Amino acid sequence: MAIEDDVLVIGGGLAGATAALAAADRGAQVRLVSAKQSTLRHASGLIDVLGYAPAGDGPLADPFAALEDLPAGHPYERVGGEAVREALSFFDEIAGDAYEGGHTDANALVPTHGGTVKPTARYPASTADGLASDDRDALLVGFETLPDFDAPLAASHLKAAGAPFEARGVTVRFPGIVRDDAKITRYAHLLDQPETVRTDRGETTAREALAAVVEPHLEGEPRVGFPAVLGDDHADAVRADLGDRLGVDVFEVPMGPPSLPGMRLEDLLYDALAERGVRVTTGVPVVDYETAADGPDGNAPPPIDHVIVDRNGTEIPHRADQYVLATGGLVGKGVESERGRVFEPIFDCHVPHAADRYDWFVDDVFGDQPYAQFGLPVDRDLRPLDADDGLEFPNLRGAGAVLGGYDFAAEKSGAGVSLATGYVAGQRAAEERQ
Amino acid sequence: MARDTAVLVLGGGSTGCGIARDLAMRGLDVTLVERGNLTDGTTGRMHGLLHSGGRYAVSDQASATECIEENEILREIAGHCVEETGGLFVQRPEDSDDYFREKLEGCRECGIPARVLSGSEAREVEPYLADDVKRAIEVPDGAVDPFRLCVANAIDAETHGARVETHAEVIDLLRDGDDIYGVEVRHDSGPGKRTHATPGTTEEITADYVVNATGAWAGQIGAMADLEIEVRPSKGVMTIMNVRQVDTVINRCRPKGDADIVVPHETTAILGTTDEEVSDPDDYPEAGWEVDQMIDTLSELVPILSEARTIRSFWGVRPLYEPPGTGTQDPTDITRDFFLLDHADRDGVSGMSSIVGGKFTTYRAMAEEISDHVCEQLGVNASCATAEEPLPGSENIERLEAGMDDFGLRSPVARRSKQRLGSRACDVLETDEPNPVICQCEGVTRAEIQDAVSQSGSDLNAVRIRTRASMGNCQGGFCCGNMASELHPTHDEETVREALDELFQERWKGERHALWGEQLSQAMLNYALHAATMNRDRDPASAGEDVDFAAFDGGRPEGDRVDGPRGAR
Ligand SMILES: Cc1cc2nc3c(=O)[nH]c(=O)nc-3n(C[C@H](O)[C@H](O)[C@H](O)COP(=O)(O)OP(=O)(O)OC[C@H]3O[C@@H](n4cnc5c(N)ncnc54)[C@H](O)[C@@H]3O)c2cc1C
Ligand SMILES: Cc1cc2nc3c(=O)[nH]c(=O)nc-3n(C[C@H](O)[C@H](O)[C@H](O)COP(=O)(O)OP(=O)(O)OC[C@H]3O[C@@H](n4cnc5c(N)ncnc54)[C@H](O)[C@@H]3O)c2cc1C
Repeated sequence: MAIEDDVLVIGGGLAGATAALAAADRGAQVRLVSAKQSTLRHASGLIDVLGYAPAGDGPLADPFAALEDLPAGHPYERVGGEAVREALSFFDEIAGDAYEGGHTDANALVPTHGGTVKPTARYPASTADGLASDDRDALLVGFETLPDFDAPLAASHLKAAGAPFEARGVTVRFPGIVRDDAKITRYAHLLDQPETVRTDRGETTAREALAAVVEPHLEGEPRVGFPAVLGDDHADAVRADLGDRLGVDVFEVPMGPPSLPGMRLEDLLYDALAERGVRVTTGVPVVDYETAADGPDGNAPPPIDHVIVDRNGTEIPHRADQYVLATGGLVGKGVESERGRVFEPIFDCHVPHAADRYDWFVDDVFGDQPYAQFGLPVDRDLRPLDADDGLEFPNLRGAGAVLGGYDFAAEKSGAGVSLATGYVAGQRAAEERQ
Repeated sequence: MARDTAVLVLGGGSTGCGIARDLAMRGLDVTLVERGNLTDGTTGRMHGLLHSGGRYAVSDQASATECIEENEILREIAGHCVEETGGLFVQRPEDSDDYFREKLEGCRECGIPARVLSGSEAREVEPYLADDVKRAIEVPDGAVDPFRLCVANAIDAETHGARVETHAEVIDLLRDGDDIYGVEVRHDSGPGKRTHATPGTTEEITADYVVNATGAWAGQIGAMADLEIEVRPSKGVMTIMNVRQVDTVINRCRPKGDADIVVPHETTAILGTTDEEVSDPDDYPEAGWEVDQMIDTLSELVPILSEARTIRSFWGVRPLYEPPGTGTQDPTDITRDFFLLDHADRDGVSGMSSIVGGKFTTYRAMAEEISDHVCEQLGVNASCATAEEPLPGSENIERLEAGMDDFGLRSPVARRSKQRLGSRACDVLETDEPNPVICQCEGVTRAEIQDAVSQSGSDLNAVRIRTRASMGNCQGGFCCGNMASELHPTHDEETVREALDELFQERWKGERHALWGEQLSQAMLNYALHAATMNRDRDPASAGEDVDFAAFDGGRPEGDRVDGPRGAR
């Protein structure tokens, strides 16, 4: 017997989670199935909305003003500016104190671990004191054993980028890290736990020891930044404790994969899903689907009747009225490719692409990369369109990185598009259920 | 008139570096100039096969004999650059029995140890061979790291007093009547190690004798002194897989052909190649069908290649040469032998010889012959020692390996580092400082990167060829930035940024030929990391436009903060 729900969301990243939450919010019975961990593990945890116009203008201080000028087919153009605002408010409500930036329409400039700054709309509370658009001087602290963040280099880079404050960087040894290639989570857990570490001064907690290592380097800066390893489950407490000991504001500089702020955001979303009664199964891919025998009338395409979920080799049908496809882009594996084609692997929805794979890229690594825009074209209701602009299925909506027509990396719009389209797709799916 | 140097070698490929080492060891004063990094020419764009000679055992037995001799010498003097993989010449059902027999006889005639394996024995050695392969000949082919070997020659030349200048392009030959007495070079960033963002200079270097070892570019050098050198550059493609589908060199046992060999190399397997004449060694088409041909044709031998992930493709140009009047049509028929052109005998212009053609495997023997010639010209009486003296990194390797510890590294990292560094491992890896891994794919630690930086200035491609950092699956997406950081604070932030951009762009260049499937996903991940997370594509520091920071969100207003007042608590 098939598992039955009102709305089935496929994919458990930012877009899928948001869609599921939005649908549940409208009273639908929602299930979310996801194959693997989402792209949030890789992403910085920042919620970019729009940092640069597609033509490259920016950084944009006001992302909302620029939303009106996006080309037809851009996901934001599909859902409209108002929906983007609503989606952000929805996110702010779910995130609560964990995220900041909602007090203003303006983008913030955040220091990156590579050293420059980038525009973003919402940032984790842990980064709030680190804004580069805040003019207080800052001390950046890196660790000898963590090559991803070179604090002295980042400080010089911030200066070159024109940041309006003095930044200094120092590199110290992280107390209690004995292996040169300890995982990021090892640093976080040392700080999370009351576990003690051995230093010259005897046994202390890692927080105490870290503060003692940093203290002598302070030259009156009111804020101190670390790579984003300051705690996993107790990040707020770690930050506050370090801040109290040093008498400064402490912040995290967002990092690349594996990203603790991204994983914290994922945890936050999954907690919210559990709270709102969404049934979640992870580790199970959707592998196939069946349509109903006929469409409502002769010409319209038939709706999806059910999808097949592969649970450790057993194929289990899942049936719903409405489906949301939020399987991610090239990174999440919602869009795949072979030597001669680019495709969407579950429903084989249309993915526009050049026939010759040598037209999928340009020679400048940071040029206008066609591959970065691969994904599904959708109507204003976010329903995937076929090559002739007809509906692929009447009861399927796409959300997040599986959508095409935008380059989130160049625009700095990744999380924002996932939120806005997830929110709209979830709402519409709930509204349309029978 | 006193000259700057006794011998000036042009070109920092295997031939040039081999000659520089040979002559320096004979006590001559040597200077070598190379327009890019060492190995920037054909040497850094070859297949990595240490020939047993098997490939030439039917068509060119003189070359085959020389290959097996040099193969055995390089295993001794350059053990840390060679992997003794062994090789197979594999016959498919449709391949000729006669040719198989000729190959076997040829190997025996040339002194190449050869043994016949049945199809099932061959598949025991290499389980991914096609089910229907008929039989195979086993020969002592090997895999060789051209970067490491070339750099080791250059280092040893320097140890023996040579001056090695990279990023020094020859822009003119100095000719006085019928005598060539030196060159004019343009230093990319002044003499010595390269530093980005340093203005270039030019320099005249005079010499008693000039050796033109610029391979496929030898004709361009000759033209600077109105000498005609008929190099016929011929390109070949190589496609790199992300894992080693085979641990043995796999050759197709049939007469010449495209796409007939797979060479395991470090963590990868490299498919090759083609042979097609081009007019300009710096500018020739690199086409997708060539990559397709590698995968499709070699899948006949190793079927899983058709589904496997490739991480990049690259092309090299062979410096083929034939004496005027030979007129061979098909470049595959041009001899692989090398030619020493003494321009005094040939053109009546003294002071310079050019070397063209040849193979990487026989670079040492070529260098010996040329060095003999140079010594004769200069009236020097000194004999060659390169066949006996191990290269730096390969001294007393067995004894050292037994005694070496793991330098506090995880064992897979330690093992790979020691393989790359050979007997230099202790010097490089022994450190009291923390030594984290900088490149995860290839297991390269900070100490090894720092060692390479100390040899090559701010040029990260030079660091790459010395260490393999950024050459694995992620193609630098995850480690380029970390490599660049290692340049700081010796080099300033702007230099570091330029060096990083250059490496990242170089990595992209080869990756473009592998953009489908997993590698396209990897490319998107790399792009997202560098553009979305780091904003390296629109970095205000590089864009040169001032950003109005005050127009952006500077944080919640004071009274509104969740965690109390700002700053100094
Ligand atoms: C390295 C990197 C850095 C980034 N940095 C930023 C940043 O700084 N700021 C920003 O705003 N954005 C950033 N982004 C972009 C942003 O993270 C993504 O756009 C966004 O997370 C995409 O969310 P998604 O839910 O659409 O897809 P994903 O997070 O990719 O989720 C897709 C989910 O679907 C699942 N799935 C796939 N196929 C199936 C199937 N057949 N059955 C079931 N489940 C399936 C996957 O396992 C995955 O869990 C970054 C992205 C990357 C890759
Ligand atoms: C596709 C392919 C595969 C091959 N595979 C193998 C193999 O598996 N095994 C094997 O043994 N051999 C192989 N070879 C052959 C081998 O690579 C070459 O014979 C060898 O590397 C040639 O070395 P070289 O030093 O003569 O030339 P190069 O390495 O080309 O060196 C010449 C140098 O001169 C420099 N130069 C050019 N112009 C100037 C200037 N104006 N000023 C200063 N410097 C200049 C160039 O930058 C270059 O570095 C292969 C060749 C090709 C093309």
